[in-house]
Amino acid sequence: MTVGRTKAIALSGLSGHLVDIEADIASGLPALVLIGLPDASLGESKDRVRSAVANSGCAMPPTRVTVNLSPASLPKQGSGFDLAIALAILAGTRDVPAESVAACVHTGELALDGRVRPVSGVLPAVVAARDAGARRIMVPAGNRTEAELVPGIEVIAVASLAHALREHGADILVPDVDAIQPPSEPEPIPSSRDLSDIVGQPDVIDALVTAAAGGHHMFLLGPPGAGKTMLAERLVDLLPDLDTRGALEVTSIASLARVAQTRKLVTRPPFVAPHHTATAVAIVGGGSGVIRPGALSRASRGVLFLDEAPEFTTTVLDALRQPLESGDIVIHRANHSARFPARVQLVLAANPCPCGNAGVADSTCVCTPDRRRRYLARLSGPILDRIDIHVPVSRVSRAHLFDNTSPRMTTARARERVTAARAIANDRWGQDRPDATELRSGKFRLAPVVVRALDGALDRGAVTMRGYDRVLRIAWTLADCDAVSTPTADHIGRALYLRQGVPV
Amino acid sequence: MARKDELGRWGETVAGDYLVANGYEVLDRGWRCGHGEIDIIARYGRTVAFVEVKTRRTHRYGHPLEAITSAKFARLRVLAGEWCRVNRVHAGTVRIDAIGIIGDGIAVGSLEHRVGVIE
Repeated sequence: MTVGRTKAIALSGLSGHLVDIEADIASGLPALVLIGLPDASLGESKDRVRSAVANSGCAMPPTRVTVNLSPASLPKQGSGFDLAIALAILAGTRDVPAESVAACVHTGELALDGRVRPVSGVLPAVVAARDAGARRIMVPAGNRTEAELVPGIEVIAVASLAHALREHGADILVPDVDAIQPPSEPEPIPSSRDLSDIVGQPDVIDALVTAAAGGHHMFLLGPPGAGKTMLAERLVDLLPDLDTRGALEVTSIASLARVAQTRKLVTRPPFVAPHHTATAVAIVGGGSGVIRPGALSRASRGVLFLDEAPEFTTTVLDALRQPLESGDIVIHRANHSARFPARVQLVLAANPCPCGNAGVADSTCVCTPDRRRRYLARLSGPILDRIDIHVPVSRVSRAHLFDNTSPRMTTARARERVTAARAIANDRWGQDRPDATELRSGKFRLAPVVVRALDGALDRGAVTMRGYDRVLRIAWTLADCDAVSTPTADHIGRALYLRQGVPV
Repeated sequence: MARKDELGRWGETVAGDYLVANGYEVLDRGWRCGHGEIDIIARYGRTVAFVEVKTRRTHRYGHPLEAITSAKFARLRVLAGEWCRVNRVHAGTVRIDAIGIIGDGIAVGSLEHRVGVIE
């Protein structure tokens, strides 16, 4: 008999595919058949659609309706197809102008009373629809602000199925309903933390500013109570605001992971601190059916802080190695794969030994030498080699606590320094950072007298070749922080110290 | 007879008349055996159709055809075979149809005939 058509979006990772939905209204006994690899929650869509249609002043055709989601081989999941399925069916029965429905992309879950519920991942879905050439997308009213963050596509927010039908030109009475809003998120408490809360530790704060300026990974080693967590939390405050692309990426990931309902663009870099019992899947992402982003991707363009790093399983730590280099992670499952961004600034924190007292003045370590060695050996060489800045954090003494003479660095001042240093780096390097060869022997090669100490360290085997390149990068960052055009021997020396400050 | 049975009987008469008017020859009505009942058995050329009739007064509780379950059809399938065996009919094609009627026992609101509802 008649076929109704429309479009929806199937997300895999952050990328979305346009899905064609066709509903064939055939002769036969009343039945609704859904084909095209739906998962369980999508399979239940039939019953939601049936009730929602009946409660919107329309009738399900009392015939056999076959709904096909094409491409049929692409697995589809979630409840976001309800609205598109209902409209395809009603376009098939000519309850609504079919051309208008066919030309629009739809996303949204239906409530049994015909209202449209908000769904997760609207932001990446709208981006995918626009990139696929769609000009209009219909979204749940509760996701309106999120969808409107994307420029270049017309967004129509609808509160109910009847409202959607009216938008497409159907002659139907639209009941006045309250749009279903996403669960309200608690207002973020303005962070009261400041760098000036930190007592003492001037060289650690310097290292923190350097790390923020150059985006270097950091390793903080120190006894319990020295303030490692405080320091790591304050690193994210030093980072500049996200640029447009970064903000869209971070917001998309948040929308997908449903860590928060996305009402506005996230403009501050994220800070994610997973507990050390986290599994590899929790960190890198995964899951059966829907592949979800892990902590690594949620921290992309921000800081991933692993407190008590040696307590993480080695699988988890080593899973970080490849994404740290490439800046993204591809997760493969038997039938599909998903790519997520993973551009994090990694901060590891560790105690020097299980009891925490090794190397601390006036305390006695009760660990056997073997236990102590094993403890830090859990952080494998390859992962530590990727970390540029290694800083010892020592306990604060009473003298520091009551020392009001030396001025403390505030977050505002530190961020100014970071922003200034980044501006210098961007002027010199543009958007693309030079590769290691260019730093070593290309146009950014430093005079032999400047790098003598570093060459010596390489000859002695004190640094690896990767370490050599890293030290050069830190030296450039240090020079930027000091607003000097090229690094001096002093910068190389400080960079070497930051790189090797912790004897592991 | 209960009111609902009366309505059902009336619906079957309406459906029979409809089939005859459309060129079918009604072979049997309300045929029973141990497995259940077939409402109407009708022939159209070389095809024998076993017809399940469902009648309702209003749409309020859904379309009458929605009330026919797959279990009912599984039973109709068995009954169809049984009828052919008992009556020694070797039909060219055997088909199972459904007719849904909305009506109040006097006037017909709507009648829908679905042909070959199970494959």
